[in-house]
Amino acid sequence: MLKVSIYRYNPDTDSAPYMQDYELDTQGKDLMVLDVLELLKAEDPSLAFRRSCREGVCGSDGMNISGKNGLACVMPISEAAPKGKLVLRPLPGLPVIRDLVVDMEQFYTQYKKIEPFLQNDTPAPAIERLQSPEDREKLDGLYECILCACCSTACPSFWWNPDKFIGPAGLLQAYRFLADSRDEATDERLSKLDDPFSVFRCHGIQNCVNVCPKGLNPTRAIGHIRNMLITRAV
Amino acid sequence: MVKAVTGFGRSGLYDWFIQRVSAVVLVAYTLFIVGFIFLSKDFGYDSWSALFEQRWVRVFSLVALISTIAHAWIGLWSVITDYLTNRMMGGKATVLRILVEVLLGAVAVFYAVWGIEILWGV
Ligand code: SF4
Ligand code: SF4
Ligand code: FES
Repeated sequence: MLKVSIYRYNPDTDSAPYMQDYELDTQGKDLMVLDVLELLKAEDPSLAFRRSCREGVCGSDGMNISGKNGLACVMPISEAAPKGKLVLRPLPGLPVIRDLVVDMEQFYTQYKKIEPFLQNDTPAPAIERLQSPEDREKLDGLYECILCACCSTACPSFWWNPDKFIGPAGLLQAYRFLADSRDEATDERLSKLDDPFSVFRCHGIQNCVNVCPKGLNPTRAIGHIRNMLITRAV
Repeated sequence: MVKAVTGFGRSGLYDWFIQRVSAVVLVAYTLFIVGFIFLSKDFGYDSWSALFEQRWVRVFSLVALISTIAHAWIGLWSVITDYLTNRMMGGKATVLRILVEVLLGAVAVFYAVWGIEILWGV
């Protein structure tokens, strides 16, 4: 029997959030946390959570699993509940809409700020903008981000200043466009990041690296941005 | 771009840079003073005052003092802008931050003037 404790909150009926305990017969299978949620929801349809792809691609089901942010669909219970007890909470720091569903507005606002699209005013060539294999390689470890928000909601700097600090996810994407040989807005992009909050609130705590379910390294990307800012200024 | 008029250098990069440079100065100064205390043979009032007779030692001390002030301002400013935010406390956070900043500024000026007085007063 797997013990599961889940954060419950329905603003229409509950005056405060509470933890609800469930038990589930896993029949000895090493289920994913998302499977556990689906099975529990079959019993208790009031349980709310987000999911879509169920294979670590869409980024919908980021949540706090036994104390660590991760994707429920790719997190086996053998890892999340080695002692037979699973604790599920919403991603920390963001407003809770209901149960495990959080309001991602602040997260997307920061993402929007970094202008996550290629900017290039040179007239497009007849076929496509080519990139050398070496230049393309520079985007590895950056483009794979699925915007699950596990990293930003594990970052103390983002908890305190979600309205000012871009956060690890947004900064990883900022660097993805700074590093892209086809993007021409490097200087404007850097100018928009050169304040005491957007980038420099990162204190290198590396919580982001620790939780990223795609194995990405936002701290390293942030370091690259800082180096670009320094190189430009000295 | 987030506006921040009370940051030390008003640009994140500048603050970051000053923070590193001042840290290096403070390490050098600490090593220098501690080294002097432990390595000089007859350490006492005479050797100590002879040390501070020299102009370069006074200047070095002043640079260290200014580094301390800059380092402290940048560090404490980032602490208060983490914890005393309008998002968490509403409008009174602004008043609180300004109060703390004025207080820090006053302490900084006080220490700077006092430090110069001590260094060039002996
Ligand atoms: S390294 Fe920076 S971005 Fe990552 S968790 Fe720490 S402060 Fe946040
Ligand atoms: S960097 Fe990793 S943890 Fe952060 S949003 Fe992207 S995939 Fe999720
Ligand atoms: S459901 Fe899509 S990432 Fe988990």
